[in-house]
Amino acid sequence: MEKYINNYVIVSIFILLGILLPVTALTIGRFLRPSKPTEEKRTTYESGNVPVGEGQVRFNVRYYLFALMFVIFDVETVFLYPWAVAYKQFGLFVLVEMLIFVSLLLVGLLYAWKKKVLKWNSV
Amino acid sequence: MGDRLLEPLSWGNALIFFLLAVVMLAVVLGFVTYAIYFERKVIGWMQFRKGPNRVGPLGLLQSVADIGKLLLKEDTIPRKADRVLFILAPALCYIPAFAVLAVIPYTNKLYFTDLNVGVLYYVALSGISTLAIVLGGWASNNKYALLGGMRSAAQMISYEVPLVISIVGTVMLTGSMSLRSIVEGQGGGWFWDWNFLPQIIGFAVFVIAAVSELNRTPFDLPEAESELVAGYHVEYSGFRFAFFMLSEYVYVFAIASLMTVLFLGGWHPPAPFLDFVPGIVWFALKFICIVFFLFWLRATFPRVRVDQLMGFGWRVLLPLAILNIFVTAAYMEIFIKR
Repeated sequence: MEKYINNYVIVSIFILLGILLPVTALTIGRFLRPSKPTEEKRTTYESGNVPVGEGQVRFNVRYYLFALMFVIFDVETVFLYPWAVAYKQFGLFVLVEMLIFVSLLLVGLLYAWKKKVLKWNSV
Repeated sequence: MGDRLLEPLSWGNALIFFLLAVVMLAVVLGFVTYAIYFERKVIGWMQFRKGPNRVGPLGLLQSVADIGKLLLKEDTIPRKADRVLFILAPALCYIPAFAVLAVIPYTNKLYFTDLNVGVLYYVALSGISTLAIVLGGWASNNKYALLGGMRSAAQMISYEVPLVISIVGTVMLTGSMSLRSIVEGQGGGWFWDWNFLPQIIGFAVFVIAAVSELNRTPFDLPEAESELVAGYHVEYSGFRFAFFMLSEYVYVFAIASLMTVLFLGGWHPPAPFLDFVPGIVWFALKFICIVFFLFWLRATFPRVRVDQLMGFGWRVLLPLAILNIFVTAAYMEIFIKR
């Protein structure tokens, strides 16, 4: 544990610097840049026309399906990483186990494929 | 850096770490400034133009002038925008982009941290930037921005999965997630001992998915000027816009370093007798080649269609990345004796 303290101190320094730069840059910018807001400037951009209707329009439901797929496969990677680190020590037995696990997920991918989730237009 | 990491923590050491991190920040900002200049020059030459050549000798101050201009521009926030999220999004995009640089080892001696979960740290943090892009697109309350943000999020999550899985093979070969151990595992021989040949499928998947994660041509759909004006950052102006651009180029730095470290042998020379050249030179050479490659792609390829993009990620890259894991496992079973 002692060995790792310094490493995580550096990580927090990097995150701190990451926060500091936008804060300072935007604060300095506040004193340098002009600020003359008019009503026209503050309207939503829509190719120069007066905006029509809601800004938050309906969008394709497929984005949601992709997000669902992402959750499944991202969780899979969480299992894959520790397995990959320990693979050298265990060998064939864990390989077969991982093969079973991944093939279960691949069945899911095939199902999504057949259901045309992975295609953008369902024709 | 290496020895100091093992010393007990003190305020003096913490201050030194802080100052070194500031130096790193300066290096990254310098890189971004001249990467933009270099990109415009390279693409200019490839298109028989001169590229920027007015500001300063050879146009060297062009990017500096651009930054100055962005700093002095008025910052407009649309009336309908969600103010808090609108202000938060650019910063949230930039923070993980810089924080991932903490784990990259540049040479045997020159590195900031040697986390034993280095790869995981990189992957986990870089995923946060997607969130910032959706947030920016949503908070703008603009049709173009919303669609751009959604597209970008869909693309980034679709390509993050193959990207992350393609790295698993290198982790298996090394038996460690520490980036420094991964580089050390590739050293001591000729360039064909580097991971890119034993991991050729993983390397190919990684390159394609990385270009897509960077939102660069041919996968730059989120910013498709001709259909979405500018995508998720239409409503952003001045320095807030600059932070979106900045994090994009910081990710170019990060991905190029990561590719060097994971697949191209990091600081190791391509042949044993070239050992006398310092490691940082080799690292820099490989790094510059990758950055040039990314710019070259932009000048060469047309943009893909959104349906092709999604289909390619899930139906080609993901199965290939998974296949790579089992090919690697089989290879290790047959050739590497325990």
